[in-house]
Amino acid sequence: MTAKHEYRGQIHQRQKQLMLDWYERLEQSAATGRPPAVSLMISGNCVELLQAFDAVPIYPEINALQLAIRHQSLEPILAAEDLGYAADNCAYVKADIGAYLKGLTPTGSRLPQPALVLCNFVGCNTYLKWFEHVAAFTGARLYTVDVPFLREDEPTAADVQYVVRQLKELVPVLESISGCRFDLERFREAVRCSARVEELWSRIKHLARRSPSPFDAYFDAITLMGPLYVYRASQEGVEFFEVALRELQEKVANGEGVYDQEKFRVVMEGPPPYPYFRTFRDMFAQWKACAVASTYSTVGGLWEFGFRHDPDKPFESVAMHMLAQNVTNRNYLQRYEQIKRY
Amino acid sequence: METTIERTFDKCEELIADLEFTAVRQWKAEHPGARAIAYFPVYAPAEIIYACGMLPVGLTGAGDQLDIQHADARFGSFICSIVKTTMELGLTGRLDPFDGFLFSSICDSARNLCFVLKRSLPGRYIDFLHLPHNSATPATADFLTSEYRRLIASLIQLNGGGFSEDRLRESIALYNQNRALLRQLSRLRAEQPHLLRASELYLLLRAGNLLPVETHTELLRQVLAGLPARSAKPRDSLRVMVEGAFCEQPPRELIRLMEEAGCYIVDDDFVLGRRWFSDDVPTDGDPVAALAESYVSRAVYSSVRHDPARPRTAGLVEKVRRAQAGAVIFLIAKFCEPAYFDYVLFKRELEGLGIPHLLLEFEEKTFTFDRVRTEVETFVESLMFV
Ligand code: SF4
Ligand code: SF4
Repeated sequence: MTAKHEYRGQIHQRQKQLMLDWYERLEQSAATGRPPAVSLMISGNCVELLQAFDAVPIYPEINALQLAIRHQSLEPILAAEDLGYAADNCAYVKADIGAYLKGLTPTGSRLPQPALVLCNFVGCNTYLKWFEHVAAFTGARLYTVDVPFLREDEPTAADVQYVVRQLKELVPVLESISGCRFDLERFREAVRCSARVEELWSRIKHLARRSPSPFDAYFDAITLMGPLYVYRASQEGVEFFEVALRELQEKVANGEGVYDQEKFRVVMEGPPPYPYFRTFRDMFAQWKACAVASTYSTVGGLWEFGFRHDPDKPFESVAMHMLAQNVTNRNYLQRYEQIKRY
Repeated sequence: METTIERTFDKCEELIADLEFTAVRQWKAEHPGARAIAYFPVYAPAEIIYACGMLPVGLTGAGDQLDIQHADARFGSFICSIVKTTMELGLTGRLDPFDGFLFSSICDSARNLCFVLKRSLPGRYIDFLHLPHNSATPATADFLTSEYRRLIASLIQLNGGGFSEDRLRESIALYNQNRALLRQLSRLRAEQPHLLRASELYLLLRAGNLLPVETHTELLRQVLAGLPARSAKPRDSLRVMVEGAFCEQPPRELIRLMEEAGCYIVDDDFVLGRRWFSDDVPTDGDPVAALAESYVSRAVYSSVRHDPARPRTAGLVEKVRRAQAGAVIFLIAKFCEPAYFDYVLFKRELEGLGIPHLLLEFEEKTFTFDRVRTEVETFVESLMFV
């Protein structure tokens, strides 16, 4: 039996460490209020701007999925349903809100009160509700960046301007919660890191074209997505993805793949069933079915098709990323095209 | 003997039951070359469509009269009725009188319906308006003004012209009149709910989705004039406000049933898009900007519009107080995410204030009338006879 194929090289270790570091920073924020914590959505976000103020992101989505992987979400979901949430409401929201109210966290460590609830609304309307609820239950300030849905091929000039104006309005808000003055150079630096990480990540993704593919573009991509979202705009992120790329390139050079002989090369659409993550993965492993592309791994950003943040146009490129370069804010026809392209 | 008012209600009932959109076909026959544009709820700037010489028509699903045969294959099972029936209407050719469709950013289901429909009806003009969800910044009105200008440009292209700012001002004035009458009727209903019942006002609102605005305004005037002469007697009822049916519309039977079970529905959010503004949209200055600005600062609260500066919980409580309602009935379409999410915060707020509420669910095809009747009766009894 050749199930459970995951590489356990440096990538795995480093990924774990980075995520632990993140939880530690969150715990520190919970204890001291520093660094300020900001609730943020994964998809099409403006983490670069937070980085410029040294604020730490809290991702309710990561909380929810971590609880699910650890089989800890039923209790908070039921608690949320007691509050009036419907059986059919997105379970991420219920797990997150229920966990907050019950004081549960995925790792058992403390999570901070957000200094700001920053809803980057890209496509999914549940985001709007979720963050309103987070703000209502925590009492924290809410700012919604309203990102126009991508209803035509490209965003309009008015769309870009609208998002840029909101991002600029956020600057004084972030100044007030962080106590730091905005430094354009630091923002550019964060954007530069993102651009570099995006480049490395894209190159990793393109390695899946090789047969055998050195990594699974669905399951392994999920492992890599943690650092991608938490550390994209930082030097740690750049270093992590440099190592990851190198390691995977070596695997290609040695002809090593997820499976010695891939039986199926598949494209995956949609998120995994997190409560059964392990079983689900094993099922694919049994069939030696390797994902060579996945839409889920483009929720954060669509960089594999060439888009990069631009330090020369920090606000505009962050806006473009939010508007057009993540799968969530793209319309059904565009998402369909994306799958065809794979 | 049936009075003029009752005849009007009957006519409205016929109109809204007609899934072939005969009234729209007729209007088109009387206006050769003119187009009709259907918009999906909740709100659309009908003024703009009308100013282009087109007939704006508000879609409201298919009630209980349509069997879903094709739409189920295109959506998951956890999708509200109106999304499915709208798709089914489209796939069965019933939406053929429409030259275009407008959708907006109200919820995930409606958003995706727009693009699924686009795929199913290739070549048809189908547009998606991004109605903003951040009203706390001056950037919003500017953005929405551009969004409306984009819409105007597309409609002009579809129509070969026909738009002018003056025509838009006139159109806004016509809709202002219409909304003012609806506000008047709503007020009267809250003051004398025996004279105009919610189940009747509902018919008038629904008819407004299908008729040209002037025709509808005339109809409202007639009803308003005829109301004082009605021979209805006040009865002992619980004053309730209904919340949650802003998009998909409940069967009229259900509203009547609530009335029969002992409720005066003194305010509600049925067909909310027809009553979107709390006062008149200005008719001076740039009319496109005026409409956009009104969306930001004059719109009523709604579960599909997000305005951090004015929480919807506050809107709800204010509405309850204004209508002097003693309780709230949440009447929510099955699988309606915006309504169900809001229910959580609404419930919390009402409980904090000691305002009783009841949660009911409906579908376009509701089969649980008896159960609902019992629930409402029990609710009313528990509050009226203690
Ligand atoms: S994209 Fe889906 S899972 Fe994520 S918040 Fe929205 S509804 Fe929930
Ligand atoms: S009824 Fe609710 S879920 Fe359905 S389209 Fe309307 S707002 Fe969306």
